[in-house]
Amino acid sequence: MSSHQNRAAAKREGAKARLYARRPDIFPRAVDGFYRRLKWAIMAVTLAIYYVTPWLRWDRGPYAPDQAVLIDLARRRFYFFSIEIWPHEFYYVAGLLVMAGIGLFLVTSTVGRAWCGYACPQTVWTDLFLHVERFIDGDRNAQFRLKKAPWGPAKIVRRGAKHGIWLAIGLLTGGAWIFYFADAPTLARALVEGSAAPVAYATIAVLTATTYVFGGLMREQLCIYMCPWPRIQGAMLDERSLIVTYKDWRGEPRGKGLKRDAEAGEKVGDCIDCNACVAVCPTGIDIRDGAQMACITCALCIDACDQMMAKVGRPRGLIDYATLEDCKAEAAGAPPVPIRRTVLRPRTFLYFGLWGAVGLAMVFALGVRPRLDLHVAHDRNPLWVRMADGSIRNGYTVKLRNMESRPRAVTLALEGLPGAAMWGAMQDEGERSTALHFTLPPDRVSEQRIFVRAPAGAGSEDFTFVLSADDGEGGRDRDESKFERPEEQP
Amino acid sequence: MTDKKNDPIAGPQSMGHEWDGIEELNNPLPRWWLWTFYATILFAIAYCVVYPAIPLLNSATQGSFGWSSRGQLAAETAKAEAARADVLAQLAKVDIATLDPKSPLMRAAVEGGRAAFRINCVQCHGSGAAGSKGYPNLNDDEWLWGGTMADIRQTIIHGIRQPDDADTRTSQMPAFGRDGILPADQIDDVVSFVRHAARLEGNSASARRGAGLFAANCAVCHGNDASGGRQFGAPDLTDAIWLYGGDRDTLHQTIANARYGVMPAWGQRLDPATINMLTAYVHQLGGGE
Repeated sequence: MSSHQNRAAAKREGAKARLYARRPDIFPRAVDGFYRRLKWAIMAVTLAIYYVTPWLRWDRGPYAPDQAVLIDLARRRFYFFSIEIWPHEFYYVAGLLVMAGIGLFLVTSTVGRAWCGYACPQTVWTDLFLHVERFIDGDRNAQFRLKKAPWGPAKIVRRGAKHGIWLAIGLLTGGAWIFYFADAPTLARALVEGSAAPVAYATIAVLTATTYVFGGLMREQLCIYMCPWPRIQGAMLDERSLIVTYKDWRGEPRGKGLKRDAEAGEKVGDCIDCNACVAVCPTGIDIRDGAQMACITCALCIDACDQMMAKVGRPRGLIDYATLEDCKAEAAGAPPVPIRRTVLRPRTFLYFGLWGAVGLAMVFALGVRPRLDLHVAHDRNPLWVRMADGSIRNGYTVKLRNMESRPRAVTLALEGLPGAAMWGAMQDEGERSTALHFTLPPDRVSEQRIFVRAPAGAGSEDFTFVLSADDGEGGRDRDESKFERPEEQP
Repeated sequence: MTDKKNDPIAGPQSMGHEWDGIEELNNPLPRWWLWTFYATILFAIAYCVVYPAIPLLNSATQGSFGWSSRGQLAAETAKAEAARADVLAQLAKVDIATLDPKSPLMRAAVEGGRAAFRINCVQCHGSGAAGSKGYPNLNDDEWLWGGTMADIRQTIIHGIRQPDDADTRTSQMPAFGRDGILPADQIDDVVSFVRHAARLEGNSASARRGAGLFAANCAVCHGNDASGGRQFGAPDLTDAIWLYGGDRDTLHQTIANARYGVMPAWGQRLDPATINMLTAYVHQLGGGE
């Protein structure tokens, strides 16, 4: 057991055994450095994507909405730029889930818990809320002071301003969400006029509350106690995964009197025990205790430690991205392993290959999927009807899907049923023929009841309905069906 | 709880309980979790006050909202009925025979008729309206009493052979054998003729004898060419559809003992809108004229 673990244990020893723990105050100090700037950039990009996406326009002609990304629940359509997903094509969503699953392996094997540290909405919004807090209350020490200060006008104003801005951010967050589900400009106008659907206001209220509570009040509590992800990640990480690590073989024994001790000839580690890594940590942990579930690998402690190492004239990277395996090797005297060696290894290539293959298969399937679709269902009851002249009639419910945003003239024909003719239930039977013509409305499923009449014979017969577009611009589908007949004659 | 020490590996404090070297450690829950738990208890108490919750000997507490699942059902049913009231009022007044088959009102009529059929008609005519022996198939193009909208509506309202309805469809086929009108061998001849007319048998001496008997006894209702007479509900005997069966035994029985199916006069039981909806539904099954 290392000395710092001893100390941590000793720190806890004095505390009385309580069954419920108070939340510790966490006021992370501002820090600058490579990873902080990377987080700024990622925050800007992700927030921009979130807020701007619903306002992008995409021309789909007169029959479909012109919003680039739209989840149209009422009409059961999902629009994503040039892609339009119908409910029966939900397997593309399944494909995305498969990609997300493999992506989990890929990301974890390359960059560890990067999702937690950089891209998770909880991290991004918490980060944003922390900046607001520092802007109003000042940095870490000022926040401690303000917390201890008695309630007075200054404190009330500051607290009011902080929570006000947090609520405003929450409101904007919830407000942006609903624009994905309706035409954004129209909905925005309706919202302001007070004429939007009650569910829109309710959604905004709920998301405002969750954003405020999760980003402002709960923060790391959500990661530590509520989120399943750290547990899953804990099971997926191994000694070859990239994690944020304190290199104790280099840092220990730590001490504040670095120079003096060195002069006295004692062995001293690089860690000067300045607690900068603890002060900047948004989840309030000490990375020097080793890898732990509460570490979201945001890498801010790397920035903080690097600054300190520069100040005391020691090489950077006392806290750094590294694998446990490499740490062991380094401790034994091997040179540090560059990150790209961890990232570029057969396992990550395999995962990337699998991930890419599923993606390519989906792109291919999207490219060749039919935009004219036929589905035929035979009547269940009665299976057949004997007509007065002895011939047999079968009924079918035919679904014709025109998945393009324009009306299309189509022909539905019978194939492989000799002597048969069909007619629509809305037509007069006198108009029956071997091919029916329809004009399909754009972007819609048309349902038709079709009767097919054929001479009497023995048993049932397989045949095919063929749907083809009259405009010669592609689109053709077939559906097999059966023509049922009674086994015996009257 | 005397021996409180920190576990050297896991870190948290020991609760002082140990079983065979397995120690209970104290990993305290966050305090807000406790408050959340208390909040759920308060919610449960409030729920018990405002909703029916606590069982008593013969009933249960009613709750201060006065809510009940029965009441909710009644309210939702009333709401659905109110939503339909306008369409049903139109359907009660409309002349279903001249209603545009593509109009929304007709579509509503067909769907309403489908539901009403399942409640009132499937017992005899079957869930697909395909009938069975003695109960006509409503999908085909053979009608005993006529297959126009007006005919179907008339049949539904007044029924068939209902003694207490003055306008009911009625006729009576004589029981040629039971009443001693024709001897068994002559009935056989008539059977031969009918099966010949329906192209189920070739022309035979028996059929030729039967032709004369048919003209004398049956043609009044079934017509000289055996093609039926709708004013009497007399079926067409030359087509492929047999209500009771076209084999010799069944035909012999039919002629000897006569057949006369009955149907309730639904005008006495159903409202005009439902009658119109049933008419529209039966007419669109595929055989409507």
